[in-house]
Amino acid sequence: MAKTNPHVDVVLIGLGWTNSIMGMEMTDEGLSVLALERGPDQDTVPDFAYPKMADELTYGVRYQLMQRPAKSTLTVRHGVRDLAVPYRSLGSFLPGNGVGGAGTHWNGHTWRPQPQELRLKSYVEETFGSDTIPEEMAIQDFGISYDELEPHFDFFEKVAGIAGKAGNLNGEIQEGGNPFEGWRSDEYPMPPMKRTLNDTLFRDMAAEQGLHPFPMPAANASEAYTNPYGMQLAPCNYCGFCERYGCLNYSKSSPQTCVLGALKQRKNFAYRANCEVMKVNLASDGKTATGVTYIDENGDEVIQPADLVIMGAYSLHNVHLLLLSGIGKPYDPISGEGVVGKNYAYQMNGGATLYFKDKEFNPFIGAGANAEVLNDFGVEQIDFGQAGFIGGSYFSAAMTNGQPIRNMPLPKGAPNWGAQWKQAVQETYGHTMTIGSHGSNMSYRDCYLDLDPTYTDDHGRPLMRMTFNWKDNDVRMTQFMKQKIDILSKALKPDDYKLSFKDFDSQYDVRPYQTTHNVGGAIMGTDPTSSVLNRYLQTWDVHNVFVMGASAFPQNIQYNPTGLVGGLTYWAAKAIREQYLPNPGPLVQA
Amino acid sequence: MIHRYWMPALIGCGVLGTATVAMAAQQSEVERGAYLARAGDCVACHTAPEGKPFAGGLKIESPFGTIVSTNITPDPEAGIGNYSRDEFAAALREGKRADGANLYPAMPYPSYAKLTDDDIDALYAYFMQGVEPVAEKAPESDVSFPFNQRWGISLWNWMFADADTFEPKSGQSEQLARGAYLVQGLGHCGSCHTPRGLLFQEKALDDSDDAYLTGETLEGWWAPNLRGGGGDENGGRGLQNWSADDIVAYLATGRNDHSAVTGEMTSVVANSTSHLSDEDLHAMAAYLKSLPRAADGEKSTRSETTPEQTEKMLTAADVEGKPGARLYLDNCNACHFANGQGAPQVFPSLVDNELVNADDPTGLVHVILAGARLPSTPDKPEALAMPDFGWRLSDEEAAQLATFVRGAWGNHGGEVTADQVAEVRKSLPEDRQSSKPDFVD
Repeated sequence: MAKTNPHVDVVLIGLGWTNSIMGMEMTDEGLSVLALERGPDQDTVPDFAYPKMADELTYGVRYQLMQRPAKSTLTVRHGVRDLAVPYRSLGSFLPGNGVGGAGTHWNGHTWRPQPQELRLKSYVEETFGSDTIPEEMAIQDFGISYDELEPHFDFFEKVAGIAGKAGNLNGEIQEGGNPFEGWRSDEYPMPPMKRTLNDTLFRDMAAEQGLHPFPMPAANASEAYTNPYGMQLAPCNYCGFCERYGCLNYSKSSPQTCVLGALKQRKNFAYRANCEVMKVNLASDGKTATGVTYIDENGDEVIQPADLVIMGAYSLHNVHLLLLSGIGKPYDPISGEGVVGKNYAYQMNGGATLYFKDKEFNPFIGAGANAEVLNDFGVEQIDFGQAGFIGGSYFSAAMTNGQPIRNMPLPKGAPNWGAQWKQAVQETYGHTMTIGSHGSNMSYRDCYLDLDPTYTDDHGRPLMRMTFNWKDNDVRMTQFMKQKIDILSKALKPDDYKLSFKDFDSQYDVRPYQTTHNVGGAIMGTDPTSSVLNRYLQTWDVHNVFVMGASAFPQNIQYNPTGLVGGLTYWAAKAIREQYLPNPGPLVQA
Repeated sequence: MIHRYWMPALIGCGVLGTATVAMAAQQSEVERGAYLARAGDCVACHTAPEGKPFAGGLKIESPFGTIVSTNITPDPEAGIGNYSRDEFAAALREGKRADGANLYPAMPYPSYAKLTDDDIDALYAYFMQGVEPVAEKAPESDVSFPFNQRWGISLWNWMFADADTFEPKSGQSEQLARGAYLVQGLGHCGSCHTPRGLLFQEKALDDSDDAYLTGETLEGWWAPNLRGGGGDENGGRGLQNWSADDIVAYLATGRNDHSAVTGEMTSVVANSTSHLSDEDLHAMAAYLKSLPRAADGEKSTRSETTPEQTEKMLTAADVEGKPGARLYLDNCNACHFANGQGAPQVFPSLVDNELVNADDPTGLVHVILAGARLPSTPDKPEALAMPDFGWRLSDEEAAQLATFVRGAWGNHGGEVTADQVAEVRKSLPEDRQSSKPDFVD
């Protein structure tokens, strides 16, 4: 018999970036707010403390901060006629676990989307004609404009304390920033990080080529900083333990360093760790939620009544919960009907590794977002009609770390064991840099998420099933980037270099790490027949359920998602505070 | 486990005394009293760990035995609900219980004697009407003979506790007078920061004596000299190098561009000073800056390093044969950096730091072994923490490290021995939080 908790005004599912922000915004309204986090509680000290976090084997290889596939995973297949099998061993993507979520173990690349990316379908149709869009491609507009989101991007950047250089201040192009970016109302809150050798080599070469290099917008603090909540960041010491690690130095922006200390002070806020939500409970008419059911830290089932439910779990888990709760109609790729699970997309990346005999890069001096970048081959720069694809990439010369187990790039032909391997390691370590291409990924009719018919989790619930593979459009995009990076690599005159890009025979492979930018499945849009959420991230079908996160993206942007996720969260919070709370109901009439 | 010094605790408020009908004070009077109770930090001593506010029960180890703080909630049986306004005033100002018995001078009544009648009224209104009554008596103190003979305290009071209600000095600005009132009175800063005499009396209760607020060592921790006036073109010591804004930031948030709070002061910031108005904090800062500090000739003579030398040596990792410097690089440099200056408002500077340079290294060693955590305050909510290094450093290593830090960048603290580290290690509570890695397969 499930226990029933006292009612709260708002229940937050998950306590990472989005729901930490929602906690602040909802408690500002005087509401009682309870956050339920499936993983453990964790904070800088003691959990990420120096020196225990600088342990590549525990955290980088054995994924101590990530979800355990034995407890939570999904099944994966390439096509609608294939049999999906469970993702039993983490590889391609790494959903986090615990308070702070993926916001604790990210690298800190913090971008705004290009204005064109938020209305991609309209942009393509208006600029290149609707027949540019292949038949099986399912791209849509987000249903919101860059101008509407700008103040929220700005505030998120101030909360997260981003180090960077503006390229477009209120329409005025700025020296040293990204000249192609959407307009910004303000400069970044901190100056860019210090430059390492890879940065300056790439910057000087790119400038010579007539391109427009600039420093990566970084959620790694370049100096001591206090954010609008009074939360503080310390100057990054370039220890190189960012991605897969919690920051030991209070330098990486995370819910812990930027929000939670302030939130925990509030008497109308509470959170419970090790409490996993099973489903959102609906009233008998199916039109409103009554709260959630969760399993607490003792394994007991608990009903939590609430007036407002805000999902802020990892994107994949948001979609899973919607499917399990019966909110919205599940998507059917054959009929094309239904919306939940539709438009799952990923990220199309590639890169070059360059070897220089005579250059010392000191890779152990690094940071997650230490990089010099280019936006010259972005979505908004490319003539899709001529190029034969829709999409774009940014390029980055990054030096994130010199961790020896996984970061030992070797030249072509080097053996992977034995004395000659040792010799190659000795000759190569510290002498390589990379140029990465980080690209968009379009959505397609047959790339989607649904419930698996075979496999269940340890609570007996069906696992979610991912159906996904690479498509020619995106391979053409990345092959285009390969040619560009080949030119840039040669221009740097390395002694040797190798390129690694997807090709037309590439199949999605869950084993090697690629990126934890899984998007879509609970997409936002303008119409309930083609989206799960309206432009305020409110579910069309159940007005007191809002869904945060990158599950709202109708296709993936060329950038890392966090900046857009942060901006959308503040946007949704404003709508809840100003429109929904005074008059609860659908914020957009279907 | 929370561990407090014996000085500030109220002893033995009995259940006797005539029942009083408290006049319903204006709500604003109750609120003002709540604020004043913050300024007096009553909650710190009169609340047990995890206990109800003001219900007492905090155990305070003293040289005379264990003193247990009392219940000062308005419960008529267990607390002070039967105290009249005047009985309440006598407890605060004279250390007299309602039954006439003396309080132990752990209760800072020699400081509270400065309180104005208006403030006593407001505090009374708050404690009678603004505090939740708790009908649970705190345990009795366990104080041995002869210190359990409360009559003896009368003599002590006659000798040392004759201070009058605060009077501004003639010509003193309103701000300085307010600051002096708060520092000498409710703030009872002198309880820790003024040297004690042979009979544990504060050598001065106000600035009429040069000993006032010149610092004292309490259980090995140095409660620094708070006199911030004076200094010369070569800079000064301690608060002489802090601006009034630096002092305000420290009191409001436990951190500033120079330092970060540790030890017993952490709870003072958390419970008291971080809740005071900007105006009051500025007044306190202005007052501390107005107290001249006697010249201290030791600085130049005892240090063998300069900030530049140490920074250069650490940057070059020139640590062959210098185990302390090597330990610094391996354990401390990530946050405090080669220049020892940390980062403003985040990581304290170790250069000319009071904790680092104190004659008794107990505080520094404690922080190295057990770590430290800033309080979450309204202005700066992040409870920034330094992890513990005791699991990682032997007594010998911690001593080498502490000795290095106390001599680097022009610092002037003396050598620390492994025996001293061992003593501090023994005193650490066993259930303290640790960042020691737990290796998992």
